[in-house]
Amino acid sequence: MLELRNVVKSYEGKPLLTDISFTVAEGETICLLGASGSGKSTILRMIAGLDFPDRGAILLNNLDLAGTPPHLRDFGLVFQDYGLFPHLNVFDNIAFGLKMKGFKHEGHEVHKGEIKKRVHEMLELVNLTGFDSRQVTDLSGGEQQRVALARALAPSPRLLMFDEPLGALDRSLKEDLLNEIRGILHQTKIPAIYVTHDQEEAFTIADRILVLHEGTIIRDGTPSEIWKDPQSAFVAKLLGIGNVIEGEVVEMQNVKTEFGVFALDCNKHVGEKIQLLVQQSSSPSRRGARGEGEAQIQLTVEDVLFKRDQFQIKGRGGLVIHMQEAPRIGDVITVQVQVKCLS
Amino acid sequence: MSFLPTLAGKTRSFLSANSRILLWVPTLLFLFSFFFFPLFKILALTFNLETFTDLNNLRITFHSLRFTFYQATLSTLLTFALGLPAALLFSKFNFRGKTLLRALTAVPFMLPTVVVAAAFNSLFGQRGFFFLLSSFLSTTFHFPLSTNFVLHPSPFILILIAHTFYNTSIVIRIVGNAISRLDPKLEASARVLGADTFHVWKDVILPILRPSLLAAALLVFMFDFTSFGVILLLGGSQFATLEVEIYIRALQLPNLNLAALLSVIQLIFTLIFSILYSRTINQVSTQTAPRFSPTRPAKTLTERIFVFALSLLLVTFFFLPLISLPIRSLTRLEADRGQRAEVQYGFTTDYYEELFINRRGSLFYVPPVQAALNSLGFAGITVILSLALGYPAAYALAKPTRLEKFLDPFLMLPLGASAVMMGLGFILAFGRLIASPFFIPIAHTLIALPFVIRTLQPALASIPERLRQAASTLGASPLRVWQTVDFPILSRATLSAATFAFTVSLGEFGATLLITRPEYPTIPIAISRFLSQPGGLNYGQAMAMATVLMLLTTLSILLIEKLRFNNAGEL
Repeated sequence: MLELRNVVKSYEGKPLLTDISFTVAEGETICLLGASGSGKSTILRMIAGLDFPDRGAILLNNLDLAGTPPHLRDFGLVFQDYGLFPHLNVFDNIAFGLKMKGFKHEGHEVHKGEIKKRVHEMLELVNLTGFDSRQVTDLSGGEQQRVALARALAPSPRLLMFDEPLGALDRSLKEDLLNEIRGILHQTKIPAIYVTHDQEEAFTIADRILVLHEGTIIRDGTPSEIWKDPQSAFVAKLLGIGNVIEGEVVEMQNVKTEFGVFALDCNKHVGEKIQLLVQQSSSPSRRGARGEGEAQIQLTVEDVLFKRDQFQIKGRGGLVIHMQEAPRIGDVITVQVQVKCLS
Repeated sequence: MSFLPTLAGKTRSFLSANSRILLWVPTLLFLFSFFFFPLFKILALTFNLETFTDLNNLRITFHSLRFTFYQATLSTLLTFALGLPAALLFSKFNFRGKTLLRALTAVPFMLPTVVVAAAFNSLFGQRGFFFLLSSFLSTTFHFPLSTNFVLHPSPFILILIAHTFYNTSIVIRIVGNAISRLDPKLEASARVLGADTFHVWKDVILPILRPSLLAAALLVFMFDFTSFGVILLLGGSQFATLEVEIYIRALQLPNLNLAALLSVIQLIFTLIFSILYSRTINQVSTQTAPRFSPTRPAKTLTERIFVFALSLLLVTFFFLPLISLPIRSLTRLEADRGQRAEVQYGFTTDYYEELFINRRGSLFYVPPVQAALNSLGFAGITVILSLALGYPAAYALAKPTRLEKFLDPFLMLPLGASAVMMGLGFILAFGRLIASPFFIPIAHTLIALPFVIRTLQPALASIPERLRQAASTLGASPLRVWQTVDFPILSRATLSAATFAFTVSLGEFGATLLITRPEYPTIPIAISRFLSQPGGLNYGQAMAMATVLMLLTTLSILLIEKLRFNNAGEL
């Protein structure tokens, strides 16, 4: 189990990470989500041993890694732009880690035959059988990333790290490769940290999502937990969950917005401005027995977009909902929504 | 001139095939009479029974070839010993004064050999600062002079140091570029995959840098291999490299068969090195990332010491000779004429004043300043000649036909021949005719022409047809189009090419030394003669003239750099 304990790191004199603590359990894939420049990559570099925390500790199975140089940590790292060795072919790139392992434990030199067998297993795993002697510079972006993945997997690392691995690829390739990575992680049971700024990737691959904002983890939960309750406007916006609207507390249990007054207790004083999450609820609960935050709102349709199997409707005030049938622009429709307080 | 029909605003069709051939006539005629004909003469003399039957010829050839390889290898090693850390310094770290220091290391590469030789002489020569200091130390404190290795290096060491002074910037440029293009993720990947520092270098960094290291080594080795002026002026003719031996066998101990044989061997090696170089330099681009990784300030103590010590060393090494030369040219360190007993020290402008006086018994029949006037005259003719010949060829090469692409390497071939070899070719081909001073600018033009064509050609090719079309649809007359579109781009390139030809001619030493007559000395010839004569006044005049030449060259370099910069900004 990997654990980060109160890690602090500044970059060029400015605080970058103020207090980072989290754990990665055996076989778990966590996704580190944050805007660019939020310090996600720095966290990976510190775990890999390529950078050092100013304060705090990084532990593997309760052992502090501070004194362990990167080449003795047995971790795998996959970069956005692959970082393949341009002077080596596909086989030698994948074999690199295995050969280094051989050098490390003298006397237990890894046999050439073993290396060959392992590289071929890896090539098969990432669907590149027969690519052995190809030059990495001649491969497509997707193929290069598969090689990088195979290279990281080959020495059976204790932890795999992905730094925006699909950022440079186009959309369809991205989905394919993402599913493959997911499959491989499930199959190999190697714990993994996956860094991205793309919420779709995060929801697809993560057992648990950590949202990084202003130097600290502001949300930690499974994808469904976070989808149901993003807690803050920042997380809702970053993950594209529902609509975030402005409101004002008018009475103890009532919040006034441009879409009407909702019965909500947000633990705020009268007159305070707050932000609310408006999620479309597909199945309205039983008539008459409305739960907390359930409401109906009237929406004037301003724009209708065709989105594969449904229509995306943009309404007054920028509210976005989805429907199976397309209304006409200018229609007033009634929408069942779930409203929540955000911090 | 015949290529002015750009006025018509058409690209290809304005010249018929016949008139396109006309573009080539002057340049090819020139090269055939002054390069290929002399080359043919050299070859004819080489492959002659007499050349090979004389065992002495073969022995001398073997010895000078061995010594050339020996000194070039040592020089290259020394250049790398300084150049590699410097390349690392410039590509990895940020520090105050970095741009200036980098520019300083690049200055020697452009300086004429006589200036570099004079500059080193002003430090280490018999009348140089360090030599005087070491004799002072040995007489005052009884330091043994022979052990005073640093202040008084042997001529051979001095040659190696001067070569290092010249070529370090090549290593900095080629290897430094490659280092700064190294993707830092490669090192990170290797470390995470289990490579320690040793294996990171052995298995990742060095293999990726290999083509750049090899390219830099080949280029440095080639320059050291063909070095002439530095070796002759700092070492003397006992340091018989191929080049020096050619010179000796052409003029001092005439044996033209041997000189021709040595030239051909020299040419073969230069061509081999050039081919190997262009092959390796092509690999450089494919193996490194297209962008630069950022530099950073030194962080750890080791890094700080490295940056500080190395930049101090570089400043000393590159600035000391450059500043010592002008200072020495204004310093009196010996007894006055006729007053041998009393040594006077201090500031003097005598050496400069003496340049204007035609003394009886002086080295020339004319006042030394005449050498400067000759040089300027020759340089002027070189500029006109190389532009007149370079323009039509560059124009044809800007949009070449298949046949013309085939001709291109022939235009560049003179680059492979050494200056001394050209001089020898002139002697063999034209015999007594070379008494005419006009052969000097012709030789200079041969050397400058490839560069002039390579400067003009991209500028001519870069003028986009769309620009001309846009200008004419906006109502510009053909003349206005030429004025507003063609002229501004071409004028820069032309000025740049002209300055280059001018600089080459001013500093050219090897070819001029072989074909010059005593009545028409150039600045470099005058400097070399002053240096080879005894007497403080002669020495001082060498310093003064070398200082003038250094200033002229530096100004020209600055002009070229400025023009290139503006040009790049606009295109």
